[in-house]
Amino acid sequence: MAEATSNPAATGAPTGASAATSGPARRITARHAVAAAVLIGLGLVPVLASLLNQPFYVTLFTRILVFAIAATGLNLILGYGALVSFGHAMYIGLGAYAVGLLGHHGITSGWAHVGAALVAGTVVALAVGAICLRTSGMAFIMITLAFAQMLFFLAVSLKEYGGDDGLPVASRSDFGLFSLADNVALYYAAYAVLLAVLFLFWRLIHARFGMVLRGCKVNERRMAALGFPTLRYKLAAYVISALVCVLAGVLMANLTKFVAPSYMAWSVSGELIVMIVLGGMGTLVGPVVGATALLVLEEVLSSLKFGIDAVDKLVNQHWLALIGLFVVAVVLVLKQGLYGRLVARDERAAHEAKPGQGGAGKAEGAK
Amino acid sequence: MTLGLLLTQLLNGIQLGVLLFLLASGLTLVFGIMSFVNLAHGSLYMMGAYFAAAAFNAFDNSFLAAALVAIPGALLLGLLIERLLLTSLYRRDHLDQVLATFGLILFFNEVVRAIWGPASVYMNVPQALSGTVDLFGLAYPSYRFAIIAVGLAVGAGLYLVIHRTRVGMLIRAGAANAEMVSALGVNIKGLNSIVFALGAGLAGLAGLMAGPIVSVQSGMGEPILILTLVVIVTGGIGSIRGAFYGALIVGIVDTVGRVFLPALLREFLERSVAQAAGPAIASMLIYLLMAAVLALKPAGLFPVKHG
Amino acid sequence: MNRLAGLEVQGLVKRFGGLLATDHVDLALAPGEIHAVIGPNGAGKTTLINQLSGDLLADEGRIVFDGRDVTREPPWRRALAGIGRSYQITSVFPEFSVLQNVVLAVQSHAGHSFRFWRSVMDEPALVQPARAALEQVGMSALAARPVAALSHGQRRQLEIAMTLATGAKLLLLDEPMAGMSHVESEGVVALLRGLKGRYTVLLVEHDMDAVFSLADRITVLVYGRPIACGTPDEIRASAEVREAYLGDQTEAY
Repeated sequence: MAEATSNPAATGAPTGASAATSGPARRITARHAVAAAVLIGLGLVPVLASLLNQPFYVTLFTRILVFAIAATGLNLILGYGALVSFGHAMYIGLGAYAVGLLGHHGITSGWAHVGAALVAGTVVALAVGAICLRTSGMAFIMITLAFAQMLFFLAVSLKEYGGDDGLPVASRSDFGLFSLADNVALYYAAYAVLLAVLFLFWRLIHARFGMVLRGCKVNERRMAALGFPTLRYKLAAYVISALVCVLAGVLMANLTKFVAPSYMAWSVSGELIVMIVLGGMGTLVGPVVGATALLVLEEVLSSLKFGIDAVDKLVNQHWLALIGLFVVAVVLVLKQGLYGRLVARDERAAHEAKPGQGGAGKAEGAK
Repeated sequence: MTLGLLLTQLLNGIQLGVLLFLLASGLTLVFGIMSFVNLAHGSLYMMGAYFAAAAFNAFDNSFLAAALVAIPGALLLGLLIERLLLTSLYRRDHLDQVLATFGLILFFNEVVRAIWGPASVYMNVPQALSGTVDLFGLAYPSYRFAIIAVGLAVGAGLYLVIHRTRVGMLIRAGAANAEMVSALGVNIKGLNSIVFALGAGLAGLAGLMAGPIVSVQSGMGEPILILTLVVIVTGGIGSIRGAFYGALIVGIVDTVGRVFLPALLREFLERSVAQAAGPAIASMLIYLLMAAVLALKPAGLFPVKHG
Repeated sequence: MNRLAGLEVQGLVKRFGGLLATDHVDLALAPGEIHAVIGPNGAGKTTLINQLSGDLLADEGRIVFDGRDVTREPPWRRALAGIGRSYQITSVFPEFSVLQNVVLAVQSHAGHSFRFWRSVMDEPALVQPARAALEQVGMSALAARPVAALSHGQRRQLEIAMTLATGAKLLLLDEPMAGMSHVESEGVVALLRGLKGRYTVLLVEHDMDAVFSLADRITVLVYGRPIACGTPDEIRASAEVREAYLGDQTEAY
């Protein structure tokens, strides 16, 4: 992989043909700059927050990191695999409740939290995935949504664990060598998880597994005709993406020191999808950009002051309506995503740069 | 567990089923013919309920006024959304449709909150139907009985329209093979609008009838939407018959299950386990049912045979 | 990989509602044979290929490939057994480069794909055979090209290269020359002639020049049922065929 950037995890993996052969190192383009800026910027947030004496920013951006991780996880099957799961928030809830339930019974070991969460997540994802993947298209979307609701109602009905009101988490996960009790420690733990997931996905996308997934997105019938038993790879990808969301849930519970069924609300699943599309589906860094952009936008709208009292009140209290319209606008106008557009632009340039060698083919736009 | 209680819950289940059918029939046609994932259907139901409640309260508890505002109101709103926004999405993939209609849900949930506030709006049961009817010695609320009656009447009417009129034939053909219908020169855009408007009107009717018996508040559409999706997936996408039987099954299983399952479990399991597990399983019952149906028949109970 | 395999189809039937799309079709392909299936539009040729590849399941009948009954097996199992197919509507992967497409084809038969770390382009076991397959169809120079930039004819060739790269022993080719210019068709004919004796091929085609110059035997399908089967000369001479099918053609063969 001839990617000319300083931070190997900072590159958005191209979905197109530019990785076909190892040729001369490509120029650093706007897309690399943006990816690096976002990732390095996120790493510096606690530093800036302490300089500005605004610890709130650490909390806000931890939340952004949590959603960035979850969105990245979902992107594996949604962006690279075209499996539109409208129920992935349930895995965030699963991870959070693992922390909550264990904490409620006095277990504060981070290793226990993560271990239990991953085991539970694997079991549930295998079961749910096996059923959902029997369908495709609209039915798949609806069934994943239905299963998420099922888990949501299950959580609501657990009266001893807070039910609808939720359950406080007494203390944050303790990993022995370090604990997540300190806000900055939690921030960097989340940051590390994000970078690790991005890096592992970057390898995965170009390896055999990733190629099968991406092939299925384009033409699953062809993949089967070539000889791939596609179901097992889709199921594996579903489970992997679910486990990433589970990790996000563990971090979320630590951040808020609270777990509630609302973490699994269907609207959270919807927001994850918005983040992915807003940032750029099927790109590595897109979900991170999308999560940051959406959550920052929400934060800004809820505290924006125009000076006119009535307008301020309307915007600050009902900014969700504006987000709703924003989502519609994104679908109609910004389909490739903020970061995705840069990736597409690079790929178009790469295609046009290939020397013409016989053949009548004119370089067509990649997207 | 008395017979009277069982019968009451059974009727309640049918009443829920009938409401679900009104919503599911419109939604399944939109899915089946236009292959369009419309998550905002729940919002149309919610708007119907809000229009009904507002008109009811404004016109001195007149149910007629509520009906005259809610049903056409929801229908027009549906048409407006369709013309302005959704036609550009018909050709796009399901993800785009899911996202755009999701955005609409957020928008409408917030709009009703802005106009009517976050608290529930109350709509009383209309005076004429505030008593009870005598069914097999059981006193059952007249209003709920009326819902069942109206729902079955609408169901019969839909059946007649779908199976006995030209428009209905086109709709059935469209559900079996939309491209063929379009290729035959039928004005598919007009047909799409009719189907969408029909669904919107039915959603408005459901909202009107649900007004007095549910909490009319922001976000009321989504739990019902998801139940409706379960109905459609269980019954078979694009199938009105599937929507009908699926709705009744889901309505009855959910209602009766919630009431009787915890009690049933207490007979067999240790008290504390039953106490915890009962409500939990009851609330998951219809999803387990859906999963079971899909495991055996992935296309639903009454799938539409495609050309 | 060099062992040849035969195909036997017995009494294949497929119904769509009231329509009998495949009407008791019998076929026997000897190993190494190029067998063409021709017939007017609507004769059920693609439906037949779909049943052989597994995209459709037959209602009645048997399909025996290389001595193994594959009648009820899903497409991927048949592919792993050695049946490869190309589609009437070109099915390659436009997002990837030409080489990546063929690598994917090689990958399908190179063990499982639960590998998460090493890039496929860094696996010589995948890339070498892929390059060899491209060489075989004469597309080596286009290896790094994005598929989106290929002409229609080149994409068809790529599809054949991918089918070859899977190591398939039976090639089901569904109108490989559709939409090609005369020059491009000649290229494909030469390519297919080169496969003679080394692969078993079932070829569905409308291009009669190609069919008559390539095929060892021809089956004529009309309304889902075979009305004649024989060498090109026998088919040319057959009165029934002429009446049912070739009679519609403006040129005489």
